[in-house]
Amino acid sequence: MTNALEQKNLKVIVFQLADKEYAIPVSHVKGIEKLMHITRVPKTVRYVKGVINLRGVVTPVIDLRERFNLPISGNEDTTRIIIIALETMEVGFVVDSANDVLDIDADSIEQQPEVVGSLEEEFIAGVAKLENRLLILLHLDKVLNPLD
Amino acid sequence: MELNQYLEMFIEESKEHLQACSEHLLELEKNPEDLTIVGEIFRSAHTLKGMSATMGFEDLADLTHKMENVLDAIRNEKIKVTAEIFDVVFESVDHLEAMVYDIADGGDGKRNVQSTVEQLKRIESGETTPAKQVVTLATQETVATTAEQVDFKLMYDDFEKTVLLQSSEQEFNAYEISITLRDDCLLKAARVYMVFEILEKNGDVIKSSPTVDKLEEEQFDNEFHVAYISKECAEDLQKMLMKVSEVDLVVVNEINQDVFLAASGVKQEQEVPQTTATVSNEATPVQTPKAASTSNGNGNGKANHATSKTIRVNIERLDILMNLFEELAIDRGRLLSIAADIKHGELDDTVERMSRTMGELQNIVLTMRMVPVETVFNRFPKMVRQLSRDLNKQITLNIVGAETELDRTVIDEIGDPLVHLIRNSVDHGIESPEVRRTKGKPEEGTVELRAYHSGNYVFIEIEDDGAGINRDKVLAKALSKGVVTQEQSLTMTDKQINELILASGFSTADVISDVSGRGVGLDVVKTTIESLGGNISIESTQDVGSVFSIQLPLTLSIISVMLVEIESEIYAIPLSSIIETSIIRNSDILNAHNQKVIDFRGKVVPLVFLEEIFEVPRQEKNDDGFYSVVIVRKGDKLAGLVVDSFIGQQEIVLKSLGNYLTNIFAISGATILGNGKVALIVDCNALLK
Repeated sequence: MTNALEQKNLKVIVFQLADKEYAIPVSHVKGIEKLMHITRVPKTVRYVKGVINLRGVVTPVIDLRERFNLPISGNEDTTRIIIIALETMEVGFVVDSANDVLDIDADSIEQQPEVVGSLEEEFIAGVAKLENRLLILLHLDKVLNPLD
Repeated sequence: MELNQYLEMFIEESKEHLQACSEHLLELEKNPEDLTIVGEIFRSAHTLKGMSATMGFEDLADLTHKMENVLDAIRNEKIKVTAEIFDVVFESVDHLEAMVYDIADGGDGKRNVQSTVEQLKRIESGETTPAKQVVTLATQETVATTAEQVDFKLMYDDFEKTVLLQSSEQEFNAYEISITLRDDCLLKAARVYMVFEILEKNGDVIKSSPTVDKLEEEQFDNEFHVAYISKECAEDLQKMLMKVSEVDLVVVNEINQDVFLAASGVKQEQEVPQTTATVSNEATPVQTPKAASTSNGNGNGKANHATSKTIRVNIERLDILMNLFEELAIDRGRLLSIAADIKHGELDDTVERMSRTMGELQNIVLTMRMVPVETVFNRFPKMVRQLSRDLNKQITLNIVGAETELDRTVIDEIGDPLVHLIRNSVDHGIESPEVRRTKGKPEEGTVELRAYHSGNYVFIEIEDDGAGINRDKVLAKALSKGVVTQEQSLTMTDKQINELILASGFSTADVISDVSGRGVGLDVVKTTIESLGGNISIESTQDVGSVFSIQLPLTLSIISVMLVEIESEIYAIPLSSIIETSIIRNSDILNAHNQKVIDFRGKVVPLVFLEEIFEVPRQEKNDDGFYSVVIVRKGDKLAGLVVDSFIGQQEIVLKSLGNYLTNIFAISGATILGNGKVALIVDCNALLK
């Protein structure tokens, strides 16, 4: 992630979660899928919704709302699963909607996440201001890593 | 040149060539006079040298070059093969292997090989120890004495021998004809052509020396030899051939069985008489195809490799292929149900035909991952040779069933356990020659490594005729280490006691030797094999020997399961754990220590409610007074898994849950069902503590 931030221009996938917009570098995104059947996996952490059959590969799915302790919402037509590849892991993120690919100027990214000031801040790598939009850049390592 | 893209290929091929070197060296050790084997080794070494020089691994190329020089000297009969030379060449191959593995691990393939290089140089310049020379001279003398009996110029391999000897049974005569052209012969090739024309009119040329190619290119002095079968008698042949102008001398020798035996004794004096006899008497046609490919030993060593044409495929690509195939299989399922709904004749036909093709395709995709165990087994002859030298024991290793196929993933894992077991047999099993003599056994011990298919399993067995397991010693040790209690020990069977040596932290060696007992016990073997879904058992009789028997599933990627349903969730229970399924009445359930149990054939079996373990969300409680129970086992422990209903037995393709979800309680993996949904596989071992 930090490397990605150092680049001059960053291509990101923008998605919506609750009332905020988040961004993930496009280099980590393997695909965006429509919601499909998720098989529940027992005895895992709450935010792991289960596993899906992603073209023959069993892929775990995380509900980002639950991961960020946001209020849970029902699944809408716009609900998407963003498939993330990080090192040897492949994981799907359930998000409210995903519909934008943007180039962000690295200079517009602020490293300090204090402005957000909520539970999810530990997952935040930076904030980018784009005209009148505020994009929250996710810290993928932290979103994925401590699976406790 | 971008070398990285060739690196993987280089490593694989180097390994192959080194393996070929090792194999041929072992073969040469048995038949030191057979220079065609030296040629094979030389070729492998030569290719390796070229490849490593191209790839820029100078050390590797350099050592190979030195080894090649020695081999070349042997090939050209400048030096004689001795035990010392074998040791040094083996050592070189070891070094080369270490270098290649270093390169494979990302190293630069550098290694200190000074002493080996010096020894190679010394051998190449012909300096061998006096004692060895005496031995060589002695063998040469025996060659000379036996050689006087018959004067045959050609060497025959098994196939040619068979052909020649069979011809006599079919009233053909087998001859070896030596033709000498005059010294002033101008058109040697033309004369050869004329000779061959006469020969081919009257019979068949089996072999010639030099080869026909070389004869045509006039690459010979004045003499050449042919092996020939014909109905003509020797005298007529001689006369016919003498008619060719510029032919100086024609000698026709009849080859019959007796002559042949003597001749083979001369040419391959290391060959044991009995084996020659069996080859010539029985002349088994089974042997011929293999021998045929290795015949014409002059210059086409590639023939060996051409017998099975293969292509190297990255295992990941196979996995991708498998995934794509499953996608297709799932769609087939959908198509089948759609076709069943629509009831359209042509559609039905097409779908049905597609199904059949898919079935065949499935077979191929699955067997593509199968690899013969040979790839693992072929590293052992060298290892056993080295071990028996280190330990001053005489051991032969027999390998049976190396062609048995196993899934690639199993093959990758099984190597290390086998190394442990073979080391164990060689070190602890086979006694020293002195001890064996006092026991009345032959001094040479035997270790047999065999593999075979049986049902859905592959068995790999390691049998030795060594000391066997000392029951009392094992038990005493187990008691002292607290592996078993005194009471337990009283009721243990011999087999159970034998298997104690697989318990962790167990080593019966009194003296920790260099070979085994380095703290890595046989428990590792047991763990690895069990992690592959296999099983290991030991049979042993003291002073007679031991058999370690490993049972492995044919493939790890496909297992038979029982699909069960809990609420709307589907789980798969591996059939290998299931004893049986049954429906029990509510009233059959008993309570013991807050644990619900049932009486299953006189045994008290605890019930495990999967919906509780897996926290399945319930819409409504089903309460029709009956429970569906799957009785599973782990070792001799049983449990009854309570589910809502059984769906049925199915072969499924095992999938991992990925690197993110690891260590999920009681779930060992997942699979994709016909409807495209993921079902989880229950790990019964985790449910039975």
